[in-house]
Amino acid sequence: MELVVFVVASAMVIGGALGVIFRRHPVHAALSLVLTLFGVAVHFVAQEAHFLAAVQVIVYAGAIVVLFLFVIMLLGVDTADNLKIDPLRIQRPLAAIVGVAIVALMITAIISDRDVGPLQPGEGLDTAQVEVVGDDDGLRVTDTSDANIKQLSRNLFGTHVFAFEFTSVLLVVAVAGTVVLTRRDRRPKESEGAAS
Amino acid sequence: MTVLSWTAPAPTPTWYLILGAVLFGIGAVGVLIRRNPLVLFMCIELMLNAVNITFVAMSTKLGNIDGQTAVFFVLVVAAAEVVVGLGIIVSILRRRPGATADDLSELKG
Repeated sequence: MELVVFVVASAMVIGGALGVIFRRHPVHAALSLVLTLFGVAVHFVAQEAHFLAAVQVIVYAGAIVVLFLFVIMLLGVDTADNLKIDPLRIQRPLAAIVGVAIVALMITAIISDRDVGPLQPGEGLDTAQVEVVGDDDGLRVTDTSDANIKQLSRNLFGTHVFAFEFTSVLLVVAVAGTVVLTRRDRRPKESEGAAS
Repeated sequence: MTVLSWTAPAPTPTWYLILGAVLFGIGAVGVLIRRNPLVLFMCIELMLNAVNITFVAMSTKLGNIDGQTAVFFVLVVAAAEVVVGLGIIVSILRRRPGATADDLSELKG
């Protein structure tokens, strides 16, 4: 059953990715990107990373792709004649060779090192979905279906709390910077000189 | 009498790592061959998603939650990067409509 889920989700991911790089119209490419993002979210669920799957759908498919579509609609980008001509004749074959080389190199590294253990012990990843708590009544097992969120939040707000606060600063800076960057230069017209 | 039975193999983290590598290669090829700036940006997002798959696969393989925390940060930084990048693309294409990545090869506005 997990094999079926893996194959279907991988088909979504790879199919969407090929759609992004081969479709001519930018809106079709954006929709293929949504297919890829949903496939990645299914892969996250299959690996018990439920919180990340939810955040992936909400942030990536729900905000970033919508932002892309807004910009496409705002600019009225026409279908660029992408797949017909190219200024450098050698670019397409060279890109194909480079892509195949990158993938082959990474797959070689993955397969040759697949039995290597961790470099240092870290915080454990508990996928057992049950939690053993000890209080005055003794030890008892409670069923926690949000163990992944608890572990992730303990790590995020414990070990990496400084980086977390820094990302909030990063988001504010990004938004403020983009607003300043895309302002139109408005100068008062001659007929409205009495208002200034 | 021999009975042949085949149990479907469960996906190991190595499978996810290979999927991440293939997705990264597809994104890299897309960056190299597409000229529309917005689709170029979408191929960069493909590469970021490949890195996310790799992080979660390594988190499962090594039994460490740090991989999923890294995915969280990659998501936040990717969102900020999309905001700023699309702002830059909007301001450039407002001045020169219909520009492709080849026309934007010089840094002058």
